[in-house]
Amino acid sequence: MSSLVSDKPKAEPSRAYDGPPDYRVVGQHGMYPQLSHDEISRFNFLAHMNRHLSTQIMPGVKEAFDARVEPKFVAANGRGFKDRHEVRKALLKDSLFQWWSALRRATMETRQQAGRWVTLRQADQLNAKAKALTEHDQRLKLNPDLPLPRYVEAIDHHCMPGSYHTELTDGDVTGPCNYDIGIFATTGGMLGRYNDGGGQAIAAWVKETLPDLKPKRILDIGAGLGHNVLPIAQAFPDAEVVAIDVGAPMLRYGLARAKTMGVDNISFVQGDVSDLSDLADESFDMIHSCMFLHETSYASMPKIFAETHRLLKPGGIVFHVEQPQYTPEMPFFEQAMRDWDAFYNNEPFWTKMHEVDLDSWMVSAGFARDKLMHSGVAAVVDPDVFPQAAKDTKQEDYGRKAAWHVVGAVK
Amino acid sequence: MSKIDPLALAGAKSKGKRPYFLETDIERLTNIVLVLAQELAVVRERTDTLERLLEQSGVLTRQEIETFTPTKQQADERGAWTQEYLARVFRVLQQEREALHTQEASSEEVADELAKV
Repeated sequence: MSSLVSDKPKAEPSRAYDGPPDYRVVGQHGMYPQLSHDEISRFNFLAHMNRHLSTQIMPGVKEAFDARVEPKFVAANGRGFKDRHEVRKALLKDSLFQWWSALRRATMETRQQAGRWVTLRQADQLNAKAKALTEHDQRLKLNPDLPLPRYVEAIDHHCMPGSYHTELTDGDVTGPCNYDIGIFATTGGMLGRYNDGGGQAIAAWVKETLPDLKPKRILDIGAGLGHNVLPIAQAFPDAEVVAIDVGAPMLRYGLARAKTMGVDNISFVQGDVSDLSDLADESFDMIHSCMFLHETSYASMPKIFAETHRLLKPGGIVFHVEQPQYTPEMPFFEQAMRDWDAFYNNEPFWTKMHEVDLDSWMVSAGFARDKLMHSGVAAVVDPDVFPQAAKDTKQEDYGRKAAWHVVGAVK
Repeated sequence: MSKIDPLALAGAKSKGKRPYFLETDIERLTNIVLVLAQELAVVRERTDTLERLLEQSGVLTRQEIETFTPTKQQADERGAWTQEYLARVFRVLQQEREALHTQEASSEEVADELAKV
């Protein structure tokens, strides 16, 4: 048989590889589920699918908009678009937008199924592991009587069945575990080994912006499973960090996960961040949220801002990390594309949240206008392994790019 | 046994009415095709793993796979498998063609007929 073996050197690849890394680069903390070869392959496929949709198909939506959607609207109405909603409604009639949307939604649902299969088939083991790690640990403070805010109860955010709060059985952590293991697929690996590219970016930004800040107490509101607060807790190891979320499974999983990663200075507390009356006035040096405000509501946001003002010590800093606001400079097309997740990926408040004047809301909550801060950050990842959002000019995955705006204030 | 049935729950619907962008039947089919594409990628990646492991352990080289030429008998066996495979996949068209040449009553019509006293 050896005569069949070619002596020729292996052919060079026909083009430089620029896709997502293999799923196996994802960090395996102690709460990670067991994943089979085929389950990993599913996540690989889904990461590629999302990347393909954003780099190969979505640019066609803009081309179709320029070539036919906008001209058709202008011809029919004798004027241009007056807002992003008109653009979206016109796009909905275009076949390329329809196909991109159908595939994007299908990919999200398929990703949920892939991750849920992994966690549900080993639910008992995962839940037992979380129980062993969190039982009798004072850092987990659950409140089973907490009423669920309407913005969580009404709809399952980003098509995640059961959202942040559902427990299929006592002590269930399969929901957050599914969330954790699938972020790689949804973002095409843009958030790094521990899905903490956002938190890493915040930690670096704080250290750079306020080099003298030595916070003793830090509050993370809407912490979820804590993937973004961990880098901050690690950046300030002497600080006492409080991570608040409404979902008990997230907090339970979050504490267990943090412990297996050797991060021990975070308490995970169940609470509704529009009313944190259990926490004392002026008891925190730093308060932040990361990609959280867009999952709340118009009614709760002023209360959240007021609570952050009340809880912050004089001289303390508050900031919120979000996708960019819809300013008058942002074209209606971009605004409409950014609204996709609001209407078609169960993020209903996304659209309204991005049009409000956050500065005015901060001022109304008591912050001085001249103490407001604005900045931009991009995910900090290991560039040898992961794609870097800051350097990625090929993809603008409207609303999902791993680069954000920061709005904040010093009290 | 766990109280949680992954087969029933993995594909659960998320809360919130689902949007459709295409004709609903076409979009349903698109969702099914996407998952089949995913599973094909899964099988392809598993085969790739297998080939690389076999190569690593010196059982064969991937070059041998690339240059493999079946014998006449092997080729016939493979061809027969492909014929059988296509016949299974396109059964509905075969039966459509057979129906062109017949005038048959439906089972419902036959039921009515057989119920007559």
